[in-house]
Amino acid sequence: MKADPAGVLAGAHYLDGDFACGEGAMAAGCRFVGGYPITPSTEVVERMSRRFPMMGGIFIQMEDELASMAAVVGASWTGTKSMTVTSGPGFSLMMENIGLGAMMETPCVVVNVQRGGPSTGLPTMVGQADVMQARWGSHGDYELIALSPQSPQEAFDLTITAFNLSEIYRVPVMFMLDECVGHMTEKVVIPKAEDIEIVPRRLTKKPPGEFFPYRVNGNSVPEFARAGDGYRFHTTGLTHDERGYPVMSADCQEVCVKRLLDKINDNADDIIMLEEEDIDGADVVVIAFGITARVARMGIELAAKKGIKIGFIRMITLWPFPEKRIRELAGKIKAFVVPEINYGQMVLEVERCAGGKAATVSVPHGGGGVHDPDVIRDAIVGAAK
Amino acid sequence: MEHHLLKYLREEILPTTHCPGCGCGQVLNAFVNAIDTLRIDPRGIISVTGIGCSSWIPSPYFKGDTLHTTHGRAIAFATGVKVIRPDSNVVVIAGDGDLAGIGGNHLIHAARRNVGLTVYLVNNYIYGMTGGQVSPTTPFGVVTSTTPYTNAEYPLKIAELVAAAGANYVARWTTYHIRKLIASMEEALQTKGFAFIEIVSQCPVAYGRRVGLRDGVAFMEYFKENSVSVRKSKTMSEEELEGKIVVGRLARRERVEFTESLRKIIEEQRTGTGA
Ligand SMILES: Cc1ncc(C[n+]2csc(CCOP(=O)(O)OP(=O)(O)O)c2C)c(N)n1
Repeated sequence: MKADPAGVLAGAHYLDGDFACGEGAMAAGCRFVGGYPITPSTEVVERMSRRFPMMGGIFIQMEDELASMAAVVGASWTGTKSMTVTSGPGFSLMMENIGLGAMMETPCVVVNVQRGGPSTGLPTMVGQADVMQARWGSHGDYELIALSPQSPQEAFDLTITAFNLSEIYRVPVMFMLDECVGHMTEKVVIPKAEDIEIVPRRLTKKPPGEFFPYRVNGNSVPEFARAGDGYRFHTTGLTHDERGYPVMSADCQEVCVKRLLDKINDNADDIIMLEEEDIDGADVVVIAFGITARVARMGIELAAKKGIKIGFIRMITLWPFPEKRIRELAGKIKAFVVPEINYGQMVLEVERCAGGKAATVSVPHGGGGVHDPDVIRDAIVGAAK
Repeated sequence: MEHHLLKYLREEILPTTHCPGCGCGQVLNAFVNAIDTLRIDPRGIISVTGIGCSSWIPSPYFKGDTLHTTHGRAIAFATGVKVIRPDSNVVVIAGDGDLAGIGGNHLIHAARRNVGLTVYLVNNYIYGMTGGQVSPTTPFGVVTSTTPYTNAEYPLKIAELVAAAGANYVARWTTYHIRKLIASMEEALQTKGFAFIEIVSQCPVAYGRRVGLRDGVAFMEYFKENSVSVRKSKTMSEEELEGKIVVGRLARRERVEFTESLRKIIEEQRTGTGA
């Protein structure tokens, strides 16, 4: 389906990542945002609250992030594309209702413009230390999708992708900007509405009596009925059967939770987006995401001058993790080098998948700034030895 | 012959899980009576609940759209629903722990926004589902499982708080006043703007046994003897009102409902007539 022109500000613009993300959401058809102000994310909702009325969108500044996330899940159950926007402290408060979104299978997007943590940390400065929280922050077993843009242009493009994926798989999608990408200003080209492909809610065509909210029929993702359309359905955060009714049993748990995992894991190849460069024949492969991907490229250039064969993987999708690709490469290369603005989070996944077949070198940064490219160069040189 | 109100319930999952003597069944009964009297099509009712025994009144038994959410967050969730489906009756039913404790902030702010929800807070003075812990409405001096040497906190007058926060309709009734409760539930359902009823109810199992009220009947007698009308309460001193349940309507206003204000702004901006 094509985008609604009302939400598309077609043309070439000079935008920061936060604004671009807001524009991406509106182009994707987002018409409800519940949020609570927090640096460095607030510009997203400031822009949207100004432009929203023109396209019939509603922004509510909720009383806190617990309420924001709950309202977003609620709004999505009316069939409206919904989003919330936050940063570290607010992201922590959203976790319980992100789990509710996952359990009820609710399409929605959660934007986290990451700053330095823990706690109040560095409100105005960059961090990438919420990437594990994005995956594991709510309790219990579930799978979701997380994306990481490296530029304002991608903040626009990938916000649309985030909405589309959330609709296809009926999951909350974590949109993990970092403060640098959120606050950097670059050229952003917004296509015409007719050139933007968006995924609408997959509404059931069954009549009310024949519809079961969690029946899948061979598909791994159930059809949707909107609240208020007369389906008289039940949905719950409790373990439930295909009617949505709570069933407190190990058998029902197995069926209910397993499908939440399978619907993402079985489709991981379709979901995962990686950008690869010079992988063939490489001895060392650098893996990075967000702003660190751009810094890593400089480190790679510096190290390449020393004659090292270096490949590069930019992770656009953080979760599900590109497990298969890392396993494939592990047998062929000497080492992975993983710079990230945290004390070593995604590198744990790389190490797990490398399974001892390639060395894994963490290049940590505590936050508040980006890596010195020389540090990345030195890590690559060290890994190539 | 089938009972005429059974059509509002999901028969396939009855009976309910509530304990003998619990007030939740009375509240469910009153609720379906109210919508039956008003001839509201249950397909237009979206009920959103929190976590606790009281949240199980409609979830999953009431045959409308029923969304069973997280502890304390039903009102915030329902706000997201209501602003997009203003023509539906969005009803929140949950306990005192849920709405006045963990979710208290959402309750205050929803009343302040005057968003058009109908909220029935079932106040059984205790955390029922988790087995009888102290709640924000438990009276001073009562023994509960987490106040084994008596409660040192004072109870919240939750209905008065919601009235002060700006709700368009606020009332308090007990499960003893079942006809008045039904009439009040009807008024709440017909209110544009935030409507709130504190329904004082009984939990013989987790609360009653702590205060010598062992079954539903004992509670009915207690509610009957200890309730005073709003009108009468105005002539009584604070000391005289100690331990009394003030029943009746506490607020009625005509402030513009939140969604209506939002829609008006959208319309003005779209047509270029606004600020
Ligand atoms: C975040 C969270 N904290 C705690 C609980 C455990 N819990 C379930 S129900 C409940 C209290 C219920 O009391 P109330 O809201 O008064 O409802 P009642 O069961 O008495 O009707 C608690 C604390 C939970 N489910 N979620």
